Amino acid sequence: MAKTESTLRNMVMSLSLIALGASACLGFVYELTKGPIELSVLNKKLEAIKLVVPDFDNNPNDEMFRLPTGEGDSLDIYPAKKDGEITGYAVSTYTNTGFSGYISLMAGFKPDGTIINITVLSQKETPGLGNKMTNPEFKDQFNGRNPADFNLKVEKDGGQVDAITAATISSRAFCDAVQRAYNTLQKGGIK
Amino acid sequence: MNQLQNFTKGFFKENPILVLVLGCCPTLATTSSCLNGLGMGIATTFVLLGSNVVISLLSGVIPDKVRIPAFIVIIASFVTIVDLVMQAYVPELYETLGIFIPLIVVNCIVLGRAEAFASKNTVLSSFIDGLGMGLGFTMALGILGAFREIVGSGSIFGYKFIPGDGVLVFILAPGAFIALGYMIALINRIRRT
Repeated sequence: MAKTESTLRNMVMSLSLIALGASACLGFVYELTKGPIELSVLNKKLEAIKLVVPDFDNNPNDEMFRLPTGEGDSLDIYPAKKDGEITGYAVSTYTNTGFSGYISLMAGFKPDGTIINITVLSQKETPGLGNKMTNPEFKDQFNGRNPADFNLKVEKDGGQVDAITAATISSRAFCDAVQRAYNTLQKGGIK
Repeated sequence: MNQLQNFTKGFFKENPILVLVLGCCPTLATTSSCLNGLGMGIATTFVLLGSNVVISLLSGVIPDKVRIPAFIVIIASFVTIVDLVMQAYVPELYETLGIFIPLIVVNCIVLGRAEAFASKNTVLSSFIDGLGMGLGFTMALGILGAFREIVGSGSIFGYKFIPGDGVLVFILAPGAFIALGYMIALINRIRRT
């Protein structure tokens, strides 16, 4: 095969054609995977909601609403209802103060503000140290506590949270996210 | 060089990690467990295969002066395909590998094979080269990941056989460098004899 000369016309032509072919392929794959990606994101969310709020018979995802955090942001709230009665709220909360930045949690609250359960949606904390926040030993200490009379701070900061050994920053961040969810719910006037 | 040698060179003689020492960034970052290492290796293998085949097909029509941008566009397309497919069908693995999937674009191995091999050889040779190099890469990542997982967290494939913590440093970045260094030293020792 003769090598194509590096003339301007050839260069422009070949690059355009390659870009065109590449974008056609990508568009095709994008369309193909769009459905499954949305489904897996939704499933993950529903699983998290099921984990953190008591049983419900509505679809919390359809009744999702947003509440402002008061810090120029808002959180997604998923109300769990049984026979039309509110049984709890799953709050998708976050913090930026993790050891590796952003952490997102799903926290479940009873209508009176008591924490039911918490699950970690995404975190990049140090493996073996900060990522122990996903272990029940750490995160289950919040269950059944009400932030109104439970100081959501690590013991080092004068709170009541037993921090992960050698991962105080990650523990603090976790508390920060839970506190944000609680404050937002309270500020929203939800009882 | 026959095709068998072409295939096996990726494992030992020209192993991308252990001998050429290319693509160290994903190697060190994603091998905190055996499964992560293998997942990263397989994703890279797919990109290598695709880009090697397409580039060797197109090498005749790509003018020399714009070959690098052309290669990068092709490689980036394959990486995006892998990215989307993993997101759709293996979301857990996708989440742990995270940023390192899109970063396959800048993995030296992929562009290196495109430039040094695929653009000068036939489609079949390029396919075999990509497969050998990719599997060699996967093997190196798998061994490194298994070692770090066993020593660092006392488990293998997520199955814990030592209660409690392992040698934490092997899960962190310094442990990756130490483990990789010893692996390279070992391979060099074997190669010399």
